[in-house]
Amino acid sequence: MAFASIHVPNFLVQAAVRAEPRLRARAVALVDGTPPIWNVVAANEAALQAGIELGMAKSQAAQFRNVEIRHRSRLQEKSAHAALLDLGASISPRMEDTAPDTIILDIAGLTSLFGSEANIARRLMRHASSLGLIAHVAVSSNLEVALHAARGFSGITLIPPGEEAKRLGRLPVRALLPSAEILETLERWGVRDCAALAALPLLQLSERLGQEGVRLHELGRGASLRSIALAEPAVHFEEEMALDFAVAELEPLAFLLGRLLDQLCARLQARALAACAIRLRFDLEDSFEKDFQVLSENSPAKLAPKTYEKVLGLPVPMRDSKMLLKLLRLQLQSDPPHASIVKIILSAEPARPRAAQGGLFLPSCPDPEKLELTIGRLANLVGNANIGSPELVDTHRPGEFRMKRFVPASDESRIFHKNGNAPAAHICQEDHTSNQSRAATAFRIFRPEVQAKVELQDGCPTRIYFRGMRGNIVTASGPWRTSGDWWREDTWQQDEWEVDIRFDSSASSRNERIPNSRAQDGLYRIYYDSIRAAWFARGRYD
Amino acid sequence: MAVNLATLRSKVELALTGRVAAPFTYRDRHVVETVSTGIAEIDSLAGGLPRGALTEVFGPACSGRTSLLFSALAARTAHAEACALIDGCDAFDPYSAEAAGVELKQLLWVRCRNIEQTLRATDLLLQGGGFGFIALDLSDMRAEVLRHVPLDAWFRFRRAVEDTPTILFVLEPESNAKTCASLVLRMEAEPTRWSTTLETSSADFFRHPFSWLFDGLGIRAEMIRSRMPRNAPNGFQNHFASVGRSEVFETSAVPGYLTVPRIEPAPK
Repeated sequence: MAFASIHVPNFLVQAAVRAEPRLRARAVALVDGTPPIWNVVAANEAALQAGIELGMAKSQAAQFRNVEIRHRSRLQEKSAHAALLDLGASISPRMEDTAPDTIILDIAGLTSLFGSEANIARRLMRHASSLGLIAHVAVSSNLEVALHAARGFSGITLIPPGEEAKRLGRLPVRALLPSAEILETLERWGVRDCAALAALPLLQLSERLGQEGVRLHELGRGASLRSIALAEPAVHFEEEMALDFAVAELEPLAFLLGRLLDQLCARLQARALAACAIRLRFDLEDSFEKDFQVLSENSPAKLAPKTYEKVLGLPVPMRDSKMLLKLLRLQLQSDPPHASIVKIILSAEPARPRAAQGGLFLPSCPDPEKLELTIGRLANLVGNANIGSPELVDTHRPGEFRMKRFVPASDESRIFHKNGNAPAAHICQEDHTSNQSRAATAFRIFRPEVQAKVELQDGCPTRIYFRGMRGNIVTASGPWRTSGDWWREDTWQQDEWEVDIRFDSSASSRNERIPNSRAQDGLYRIYYDSIRAAWFARGRYD
Repeated sequence: MAVNLATLRSKVELALTGRVAAPFTYRDRHVVETVSTGIAEIDSLAGGLPRGALTEVFGPACSGRTSLLFSALAARTAHAEACALIDGCDAFDPYSAEAAGVELKQLLWVRCRNIEQTLRATDLLLQGGGFGFIALDLSDMRAEVLRHVPLDAWFRFRRAVEDTPTILFVLEPESNAKTCASLVLRMEAEPTRWSTTLETSSADFFRHPFSWLFDGLGIRAEMIRSRMPRNAPNGFQNHFASVGRSEVFETSAVPGYLTVPRIEPAPK
């Protein structure tokens, strides 16, 4: 049995630095409290060396010009703790969530997977670094020993079985987290490290300090035994950031989103997962002008929403933060929030990463990630409603269809064949001798439909005027009556005709904007709309 | 002299190191792979559609350009290739395409409103890559507008599909791509075919219009240009010799009032 404990020293500051990596090389102090009383609650080594002290008032701390003052953020701490749990889950599913800054892993039996215990510890350090955290790692066969060694010693600490008491001897008693009263007593006795504590006679210590003293004695000797309290694996991937100043422009917002996405993707990677959807939520600043305008109309119900939400659905699970950022930017460009942003909440819906096997004989298919980006750019160009894969709907209403997301099937067997024939085994050996059946005549639709004037003779159309052109109908077939949806407001009732039109050339020669009318000769589909009592041209065969 | 040439050659190669792999190596033209259009007459005329090249099909309205497009799309989508249609005038009819055998799930339809959007969308799709067939439908645009498309746009499109398996298929009212197109076909309408239940000699359209049915179009396709090599694979040879030759094929009607949407059952 072996345990690895991971401890993030100075957790509050590290959580802040993780959200703002440029602070890593700076002196940082965190303040917290009830306004207007703000006190320093945490500071890194550089800040302490510069003269910052814990408990100092914010106004005093602000005197230090080279120290960055930040407000403590519970959101950042929550994200950092979630990242720490993801770090543990990347190595072992058996994990104890000991404290916000500490976790313990059961690493028994993992040496065959990751190598020696030293390798596991190095791997944990590396993963922690990729998640933006600097961690201390300790490995021991005793859970409590690993826990206190990680809290007390920096870097990697490997404690072989039997050497627990010796290695913990140098550990200050403070690292065992005794109560303030007992710590004071021990300090008065001159007991400063675990070696001195372990040397005390247990019976007398018990008489003077009670059960707490016995517990500390066991901890100091490395003899305390307890079972691991397994944590429920969390599958909630969310990163939040509260902004000191509202952001209104896309560029700085993209910078912040990129940072959050990096963290989110690193967490997903730690769990060998990817995102199948990204949910974006902005808390928006109150927009004074709009609210003023709305309030002046005495209609409080019309107040603009204070949040902005967007879901970026992905066709395949992804965890490339750069690609996700590009997609989010495209979404935000096409539909920007209506006010400045004060808080960003980004969450990912986890899914197993895509595992695809390429094939020499498979048809060419766009890479799903690149395709999503291309579709995003095209949607930005032509509008979301104007791109996708057309889907027929179960109706006889002319021209009715809907657009759906384009997800091409790369596997031939998934393609539905109307004739029921199996597709060719290898597309490289394509048969050029096409089947002898005739090609279907294609139809082109006029969107929107073109209103026309039609002259009738015995109920049959003989002349037509539309788009500034005048033509004789030389052949007509119809009328073919269709109607439907009588229960809806937009019911339809039409008499369709297929007409062969020969246009006069005189009209187009007078007006340059009218196309060469003789080149427009051909077979058209026109209809009389009984409800609107008007003729329209639906389209033409081509 | 020979020594000087060798020195010069080595200097040029040294200067181009990292930019050009082998500046003096003759880049042999790779074998052009062609695929079927789905219409036997066009395949026998042009040898199919060349991959990695621009194919231009032009002609007046109702000349069968869209029928050829749908037939090619049906053939490509039947082989599970991802296809894209950049619709310059938003004239695509999904019902008609479905009736022609196009697998709509494999088709990305981009509905544009003007020529700028259309050209930009084409650029984006070509840069994205991975599509087996990209159709650029400019059929209903005014010829004057298309004449103003700069020639470098066509060169850019040709360059973008070179050395890829993509077929770039352009429909226009008149030819504009000039030398950028590897295959140019001109389409012309032949008389429309009608069928009737009456005696053909005495039948009158205007007295009995309901007794006549549109039967299909006759279409003449003429090959204006082909850059396919003389010994093309798949048994098609000497296509330079067939420039100017034409073939007539016929299409069958799929009347609108008979078009029944094919709805696949929802997956269980």
